[in-house]
Amino acid sequence: MKSKWTTAIAAAAIVFSSYSASAAKTVEAIKSRGELICGVSTGLGGFSLPDSRGKWTGLDVDICKALAAAILGSSYKVKYIPLSTQQRFTALQSGEVDVLSRNTSWSLTRDTALGLNFTAVTYYDGQGFMVPKALEVKSAKELDGATVCIQPGTTSELNLADYFRANSMTFTPVVIESLQELNAAFFAGRCDAYTTDASGLASTRLNDAPKGKSDDYIILPEIISKEPLGPVVRHGDDQFLDIVKWVIFGLVEAEEFGITSSNVREMASSSKNPNIKRLLGTNPGMGRNLGLDEAWIVNAILAVGNYGEIWERNIPPLGLSRGLNKLWSNGGIMYSPPVR
Amino acid sequence: MANAISSFKRTLRIITMNGKEVKAVIFQAAFFFLVAGGAYFLYHNMQVNLERQNIQTGFHYLSLESGFAIGESWISYSPSSSYARAILVGFINTSVVAVLGITLATLIGVFVGVAALSSNWLVSKLTSVYINFLRNLPVLLQIILWYTIVTSPRFLPTVRDFNGENGLEPFLGTIYMTRQGIFMPFFEADIGWLGAAIGLATGIFISIWIRYLSRIRMDKTGQQLPVFWIGTSFILVLPCIGWLLMGAPVGIDYPEMGRFRLSGGATITPEFIAVLFGLTIYASAFIADIVRSGILSVPTGQVEAGRSLGLQEGVIMGRIVLPQALRIIIPPLTSQYLNLTKNSSLAVAVGYPDLVSISNTTLNQTGQAPEAIMIMMIVYLSTSLTTAFFMNWYDKKIQFVER
Repeated sequence: MKSKWTTAIAAAAIVFSSYSASAAKTVEAIKSRGELICGVSTGLGGFSLPDSRGKWTGLDVDICKALAAAILGSSYKVKYIPLSTQQRFTALQSGEVDVLSRNTSWSLTRDTALGLNFTAVTYYDGQGFMVPKALEVKSAKELDGATVCIQPGTTSELNLADYFRANSMTFTPVVIESLQELNAAFFAGRCDAYTTDASGLASTRLNDAPKGKSDDYIILPEIISKEPLGPVVRHGDDQFLDIVKWVIFGLVEAEEFGITSSNVREMASSSKNPNIKRLLGTNPGMGRNLGLDEAWIVNAILAVGNYGEIWERNIPPLGLSRGLNKLWSNGGIMYSPPVR
Repeated sequence: MANAISSFKRTLRIITMNGKEVKAVIFQAAFFFLVAGGAYFLYHNMQVNLERQNIQTGFHYLSLESGFAIGESWISYSPSSSYARAILVGFINTSVVAVLGITLATLIGVFVGVAALSSNWLVSKLTSVYINFLRNLPVLLQIILWYTIVTSPRFLPTVRDFNGENGLEPFLGTIYMTRQGIFMPFFEADIGWLGAAIGLATGIFISIWIRYLSRIRMDKTGQQLPVFWIGTSFILVLPCIGWLLMGAPVGIDYPEMGRFRLSGGATITPEFIAVLFGLTIYASAFIADIVRSGILSVPTGQVEAGRSLGLQEGVIMGRIVLPQALRIIIPPLTSQYLNLTKNSSLAVAVGYPDLVSISNTTLNQTGQAPEAIMIMMIVYLSTSLTTAFFMNWYDKKIQFVER
């Protein structure tokens, strides 16, 4: 119900919002408002999940905090708006959120026809399947005829149809928008398999399975798609696009240079490395180019740490290894263009 | 010439002397331009906004391949079908649940409504609890409750529980009631069943026609025909004839156990059951109250008059009370039918692939929000207006004809 209205209201916002007023300056709006409005998931452990006191944690949340720290100087000046898969793009298009940091896959259609721009990849993921152990399924290729639980409006929904078509198999989808309802249906046995990004499967298995029953479910070895997840902004505001992109790159660069939340102050004042001095604003210029304070990335690192620290804090509890998301220098593909 | 002048004079007189009409016209015109201008402003604003954000517009996406699968469909559909077809699938699913829901809710509602007037204390209290309890719980909650029940391990087994030597036995040997749905035998696809269906339709038509003829005959001669028996025999015999003529197929398709689920036969999904139960039971409580109050609104003198004429109670109810009650009942009943149809959009909560669910998915995959919302609005509006139009026609037909 809620979703229907949100979509309708967001669509109405597109119709009604005056084009002169909602000009392209997202950064100005954030500064005058004094807070960043960040679209997150409705609850996915490791990425964005509120605790019992309403405090949000996760990798996607840390990106929001880093952005707020870089733009406003404080990682607490963030308002989190939980969005379902169906609501997320309309909410961003209509200006309800400034940035969508919500385990969202980069694809051509989304980057173009939806009027959105993807910034950078914060997590290289791929789609997998989870099944009850009792089914004795060892491979996704054995899923012919299965009923599959899935969230609507996702790339997973399309990949799923593609994968079964490509392998000449059939399936019946059960499509529920509310993640909580969908998980409940799967764990009650409504579906034979559950599909989403591998990270989401790990999180769902750990956090949403009935107590003590996590081990009754296995994740199949096949990864059927590429799912580069990252924050998304509205099309038409290049400055804000640059800021989001470079805050993420800055966090990756910081990991590469060994700058952490505990040594960033010391590095900023004492490092002799010109690359580090430039990144941390000891040698000014980068902040000005972005239209931010020279301490932009120092504030971000102080708040959430470098990319590696963000990862270590949020993802290993899900039982996932860093894999592709290691730095390029360590055998992964996480790579930042030079900050200069 | 003189004629033209006098007509011009008359026009002038109307404009100048009868100022009221002129004012009215001016106000009408001003109001029209205000509304049209407002609509144009909104449309233009939307176009500019969409263009500025580089969001695609237009309806050309409807012919593109949808790429997603749909759980249940009454027409053939696959991920390679177009978005337009996906939306049609959603519309048919919405219509099916709405029509079935309206029919069942009316049957249950009339039954409960009449029972509410029973002189039996227990029956009237029970119906009062039914009405007041169910119509005061939000329908979304009821739908989710039903879904939780029909997918709960507490109440139903899974398909796999029927497997193996120690597996469960299906009901009557062929009907499987599981958390994945109800699986049961169904007629094998064969043209012969079409013959039976045509026979049934013809039978129903003929029986209505006979009823009409017998009424004319009764008006003229006062004699009654056993309409019920004649009609029933047509309805029963004609499908058999159709079935025989088209080759008398006997094939029944039984559900068969596969690796994951039962295939063949007919399947009713838990999503459909939850939506149908939720909508039907919620609406039936309202309809029951409408029927109860409709009957109560007929003056008791009418019943007493019937009794003093020596009519049977059944005849009094059927010929005196109900026709008068119907006049009161129809308008609020129409609005319940419209509510039920619109409430069917709550199906999205449990994943029944209705119009809203599929339109939302389409909206999300293509990003064309205004178009998708517009299509939904047009479909719901035209469905509702059609229902209202039909019910208003029926309402007029049964009103008193004053002579």
